[in-house]
Amino acid sequence: MLQSLLQNVLNALQWGSFYSLIALGYCLVYGVLLLINFAHGDIFMVGAYIAFFLCSFFLGKYGLIGGMPGWLVLALAVPLTMVLTAVVGVTLERVAYRPLRRKGVNRLYVVITALMCGLILENGNLALLGASRKSFPTLLPTRVYDFFGVTVTNMKLMVIGVAILSFLFLHFVVTRTKIGMAMRAISYDRFAVPLMGIPADTVIVFTFVLGSGFAGLAGLFFAMTYPVLDPYMGALIGWKAFIAAVVGGIGSIAGAFAGGFLLGFVEIMVVAFFPSTFRDLIAFTILLLILSIRPTGLFGVAQRTKI
Amino acid sequence: MKRLTVPGLLALLFAVLLWSCATGALNIYWQSVIMFMGINIILSSSLNIINGNMGEFSCGHAGFMAVGAYVSSLLSVALFVKSSAFGEPLLGPAYAVWLFPLVLLAGGLAASVVGLIVAIPSFKTRGDYLAIITIAASYIVKSTIENIGAIGGARGFMGMGGVMNAMTDTVHLPWIMIWVFVGTVFSVWLIRRFIYSTFGRGVDAICQDEIAAEIMSVNTNRVKLVAFMVSCGLAGLAGGLFAHILGYVNPGSFTILKSTEVMVMVYLGGMGSLSGSIIAAVVMTLLMEALRPLQIIKWVVIPLLLVLLMQFRPEGIMGRRELADVFPRLRKFYTFKG
Amino acid sequence: MALLEVTDMTQYFGGLCAVSEFSVSLEQGQLVALIGPNGAGKTTVFNLVSGFYKPTRGEILFKGASIKGKKPHEVTSRGIARTFQNIRLWFDMTVLDNIRIAQHHALGYGLLDCFLRTPRYMRREREIEDHAMQVLGTLGLAEVAHELPKNLPYGVQRLVEIARALSINPALLMLDEPAAGLNSADVEGLIASIRAIHKEFNLAIWMIEHQMDVVMSLCSWIKVIDFGATIAEGTPEAIQNNPEVIKAYLGDDTI
Repeated sequence: MLQSLLQNVLNALQWGSFYSLIALGYCLVYGVLLLINFAHGDIFMVGAYIAFFLCSFFLGKYGLIGGMPGWLVLALAVPLTMVLTAVVGVTLERVAYRPLRRKGVNRLYVVITALMCGLILENGNLALLGASRKSFPTLLPTRVYDFFGVTVTNMKLMVIGVAILSFLFLHFVVTRTKIGMAMRAISYDRFAVPLMGIPADTVIVFTFVLGSGFAGLAGLFFAMTYPVLDPYMGALIGWKAFIAAVVGGIGSIAGAFAGGFLLGFVEIMVVAFFPSTFRDLIAFTILLLILSIRPTGLFGVAQRTKI
Repeated sequence: MKRLTVPGLLALLFAVLLWSCATGALNIYWQSVIMFMGINIILSSSLNIINGNMGEFSCGHAGFMAVGAYVSSLLSVALFVKSSAFGEPLLGPAYAVWLFPLVLLAGGLAASVVGLIVAIPSFKTRGDYLAIITIAASYIVKSTIENIGAIGGARGFMGMGGVMNAMTDTVHLPWIMIWVFVGTVFSVWLIRRFIYSTFGRGVDAICQDEIAAEIMSVNTNRVKLVAFMVSCGLAGLAGGLFAHILGYVNPGSFTILKSTEVMVMVYLGGMGSLSGSIIAAVVMTLLMEALRPLQIIKWVVIPLLLVLLMQFRPEGIMGRRELADVFPRLRKFYTFKG
Repeated sequence: MALLEVTDMTQYFGGLCAVSEFSVSLEQGQLVALIGPNGAGKTTVFNLVSGFYKPTRGEILFKGASIKGKKPHEVTSRGIARTFQNIRLWFDMTVLDNIRIAQHHALGYGLLDCFLRTPRYMRREREIEDHAMQVLGTLGLAEVAHELPKNLPYGVQRLVEIARALSINPALLMLDEPAAGLNSADVEGLIASIRAIHKEFNLAIWMIEHQMDVVMSLCSWIKVIDFGATIAEGTPEAIQNNPEVIKAYLGDDTI
């Protein structure tokens, strides 16, 4: 009994790690721009595909270079995926969001643009690469450990470890570095920040780099854990990660992170007791209920309107 | 110059449509295009109440459409025809002609009630949060339908074709065209009466300054709720009509892509402009038909269109104005009855 | 019975005490001012009475019944109307629409009447429009009825906001800095308008104001607050010479 509970907890931690990594990206962009980057889930998908092509290339699947050992491929793939995904995110910002910001239009239009960009990424992928799903190559042999009857794989440990490290890193950046302070400053008053000599655009680009980079990282590890890729994989996970971030409290990194793990727990526990087709349904319902009771999220701070 | 009344014009249009269907001047394909135009008009003008007049961001219109589609389909099949899901009809085919509008209304009412449930958590929140809630709600609706095997689940539900045949057998008229036309006119008429009343102006007031509205005696929660229920109810009506045009309904038709289509129409037409929504719906229906051979690329082109729209003309075709504001001389040629 | 009876109203925002044990008693037809330095809590008092905030402690009685904790639209429908420090008109709607919408508490028809355009609906809509035009006429604004407020000069916008509040037929009209941003000619006009409204409708007017000439020429009773607490109250002459009031506005000599 205890073993099965621990097993579920472990699975929940692993499953929640993906949500958390993606939720962090939403949180960063929302905190700085007050923009829900609806395209973020699809950036995660792009990250997974980038990882796929990189790993296949390094493993010699395209015949251009000789195959490398799995661990080396992974070591190369992590930074490269993050960088390339960050490039996609920044391009999106430059091409789609920045011109609207310049014109000072209603924030709603940027949100709509974000939603549309997500759809373009999904369907563009479908149009370019076709409907057949891609199978992610195995990089590391799976090693199974047995702790008192609980099965732990090296993949699970890696994913959870990556998530925790990412959170610590981002928390450090946001609270201890100058640019992190600038990010928080922009969320309070976007117009005062350039007046103080801080280049707002640079800070915003940096935010997108961080957010997209970590989405790419999530994509890589997701693809390693569940090696089937399809163009719509980002959409649903993206929505859920976003709702999880909101439930956790979208203003804070800790909140978004906690929200991601909470969602992971909810889903794994649901699947343990109900048929798996109910999983998404119940997860969404629970999230909505939490939002009704506590609209600012579990760790969020209520905002007072002044008149 | 004799003043034409809008009801007169509509009656004329109706007669022309019926005649073309009867004589075969319009083939089946074009008939269905015109009917989908009607559906899109209902969808875009109803979503415009929330996304345009009220300035909120609801992304789940497809969910309410699905509720209306399924409730009216299940009712009409259960009542009027024999089916594998329900067995013998409760009333029989002869009743279909007379009771069909009630079935449609029932679908609309069901969607309205779901809208009520969705609206309540949104009261404490504003702005982007309604987007989340409506997306989640839309997904919950779709997922719930998929999980109910008795009505076909993800495979879908059919039998409405039989209902339409039953109606045509009783009185030989192109019933589905008639009801789509009536439904479209009804929706636009309803929305117009709502928006231009003092009560309906409260929706615009909430959009422009909600706090001022609340303090100036507008019961903002009640107005938001009513607006939402009207919007969702009409989406449900559109869903019911949609299901009976196809004769078959499945949850896969009601995804975020469908909601996006409707949103494109609203923003293309201009937020808050009823005539804008109608024009945009007509344009979009034709555009989607034109792009049909492109298949998947269609779904890159349509979002791209909206992105470009946001960049270069975010107020859409009409902005916040109506046709009468743009072409005041048109007023000489028509009057509304009331 | 006093029209408005506020007793020991206190409001905390977190740890900050914005309003401390505020009490006031307004009679029918009285013209009263609430003054104090910036940040004293005057608008917060108005927000508490109009229902935008719920007081942490204290009681608010209007026409003998408690309105503490009631929602703003309920408070308004009982007969308290207000204007705002920053003009909060609906700028993209005609002046006439702005006034009509303030009748939401007394629409007199339901949704079904609205859809079916019943005689009751048609009659009520006509009455609402007539009433709106009448109120606009009282303030000399009849010509701008079909203009958008964003196209009107600031002084006229202020008058429209007052007209909107008046259209509710309030027993108590709360004006938050009505003379703010007005030039001296407009201020004269404003004083005349307020005097006219006061005489014609016999309503109680409570105003927050910084411009002393407006306060002195209109109000019979003045209450002064600073840092949320009442520091003085009395007739205009008494307040002018009160050392506490002078200290609050100008500071004292100790450094």
